[in-house]
Amino acid sequence: MTLMASLRRIKAITTKEMRQLKRDRITFAMIVMIPLIQLLLFGYAINTDVRNVPVVVVDQSESVDGRWIVEAIRASQVVSIEGYYATATAAEAAITRGEVRAALILPPNLEHKQANNEPIGQWIIDGSDTMVAAAISQLRNMPLAHISDQPLASSPTFEVALFYNPEQRSAVNIVPGLIAVILTMTMILFTSAAIVREREKGNLELLITTPIKPLELMLGKILPYIVVGLIQMSIILGLGHLIFDVPLNGTIAQLLLGTLLFIAASLTLGLIISTIATTQLQAMQMTIFIILPTILLSGFMFPFEAMPKPAQWIAELLPATHFMRIIRAIVLRGGQLSDLPFDTLWLLGFTLLGIIVASLRFTKRLD
Amino acid sequence: MSPSSQLAIDARGISKQFGQLEAVSNLNLQVQQGHIYGFLGPNGCGKSTTIRMLTGLMTPTHGTITCLGLSIPQQAEQLRSRIGYMTQKFSLYDDLTVKENLRFIADIYGLSPNACKRKIDQLQSTYNLVPQTNQLAATLSGGQKQRLALACACINNPELLFLDEPTSAVDPQNRRDFWEQLFDLSEQGTSILVTTHYMDEAERCHQLAIMEQGHIRANGNPQALLAKMEVNVLEITANNLRQLKSQLSQLSQVRSAAQLGDRLRVLITKEINDPTQWLKQQCSTLDERNISHVNASLEDLFVTVTGKHPHNAGAPDDTHG
Repeated sequence: MTLMASLRRIKAITTKEMRQLKRDRITFAMIVMIPLIQLLLFGYAINTDVRNVPVVVVDQSESVDGRWIVEAIRASQVVSIEGYYATATAAEAAITRGEVRAALILPPNLEHKQANNEPIGQWIIDGSDTMVAAAISQLRNMPLAHISDQPLASSPTFEVALFYNPEQRSAVNIVPGLIAVILTMTMILFTSAAIVREREKGNLELLITTPIKPLELMLGKILPYIVVGLIQMSIILGLGHLIFDVPLNGTIAQLLLGTLLFIAASLTLGLIISTIATTQLQAMQMTIFIILPTILLSGFMFPFEAMPKPAQWIAELLPATHFMRIIRAIVLRGGQLSDLPFDTLWLLGFTLLGIIVASLRFTKRLD
Repeated sequence: MSPSSQLAIDARGISKQFGQLEAVSNLNLQVQQGHIYGFLGPNGCGKSTTIRMLTGLMTPTHGTITCLGLSIPQQAEQLRSRIGYMTQKFSLYDDLTVKENLRFIADIYGLSPNACKRKIDQLQSTYNLVPQTNQLAATLSGGQKQRLALACACINNPELLFLDEPTSAVDPQNRRDFWEQLFDLSEQGTSILVTTHYMDEAERCHQLAIMEQGHIRANGNPQALLAKMEVNVLEITANNLRQLKSQLSQLSQVRSAAQLGDRLRVLITKEINDPTQWLKQQCSTLDERNISHVNASLEDLFVTVTGKHPHNAGAPDDTHG
């Protein structure tokens, strides 16, 4: 009987939330537009494969070999050769002016150096963007065997086999990560405003004089947004597959289960914010406080393993970091939740603890 | 039945301290079952704070409260399903329709689907909300919002209703109708505690308490309170009323002098046996034709019991929190 009454109250809150959401046209539109626009923006714009870096060439050797080397480098597509200069000083000036990122200097005695097995040329690189610098530095080891007179080396030192993303396209890694970022953003934002809004509008004063229990209010409020989260996930993965050819290697069931876990964790985090903030503006600021590290530290932008230890510890506190591993495992590698027991249990524990904390923090008192 | 069980509200010696400020001070309040009890006082006198303590939303710093036989705030949860509460500010959902709001509150109180439909239909016709069924609450007029709020407060057939300044945004005709509805509820046995700053509303209550700066200055039946007033009320008609007013206000026997159009209403303590004669002595220009004895009003009562205490900062009373 009490359970039935309890369920009825939860349903009442959920129905009310859905009606309010339906009437709030802009918010309703944002549910679809946020994942759609962000997917296109991030999918096309964020490109960590370095291509077409503008460079100039100073070929003092004026030899056939020199031209061969330049052509081989051009073929790599890492750089785009924007021009030729006569002296190294002129090339340096072009770098300083920001016209190009690097210059390749080939000395007059190129053939002599080649014969003595010395470095045949020099790259002058603008090192301010580390990603660009690293890409060009890679060219340092470029095999130039085919331009020498000696026979080709029979085999390379190592063989490389790329799994899961053989073409090394960024979108494949970014799209699943985008699910984590966008769900963090919308889920926390919706719920963090949820209770604060009722307080600001005065609805809460009435609500706390009714028999509703804090836990019922919390559950009733998050249920509609679980559906919203699943819709957003479907938009991102569906379009990601259509536009960017992102594969779905895992099963739908695992995908839904993992996403539900993360949605629940994000919603409870939003509810906790909602019980701390006293205005919607405060709730918004706290949400951004969580979203920024989520984008930067969760492994979305930079590889988690490459971050310094303290940053990794902070990242481990964010639900998105755990979901980032789960969603990439499921979508890209066909993994299962049971392959990542730590991250799965962490999200589960976070949700349970969060609901309890939020319910305890929400008192039906005004003093 | 013990005497206390016939009281809907029995509050003894309750105080509420906010930091340095004592918003409510040693307040005693007994509300009979089925009575309409009025709380009259200016904004910031502690009315809302008192209601919040009585409903268990705030814990009193001192004192004990019993509502419908339950100890408050310890048994506040049990009280919730038996009371109705209408907040000062409209607290239903602007973006839900009249029917959806009623439906929501009914579901929260756990009415069965059949009872729910019956009750909502009945409330809509009682409170004249049938044409607005599918109208968003945000678009309702002040009077309609107030009727919707009262309908929602009555959805669980409460034994005790708390109404915090229910008529502050409503025109006189709507106020009149509203009070008719309160008397209907009272006749059905509902006890009502209502705060107001309208004198005419205060006069309609069975019992009345005049509150100022967290203290009850006077309480009892409105007629009885008027009967035992410490002043005589006289009206003077004269030409130089402004000057006369400032002259009379100086005198310690005059509790108040207020102009009403071409008349000056003067409250003189009952220590003066013949106030007409006394006035003539004070003011040689006046004769008997200028002075008339009139019946005291509730406003006169209000003026005499308040304002004689040194002012300190007003108590927080309004909608924040």
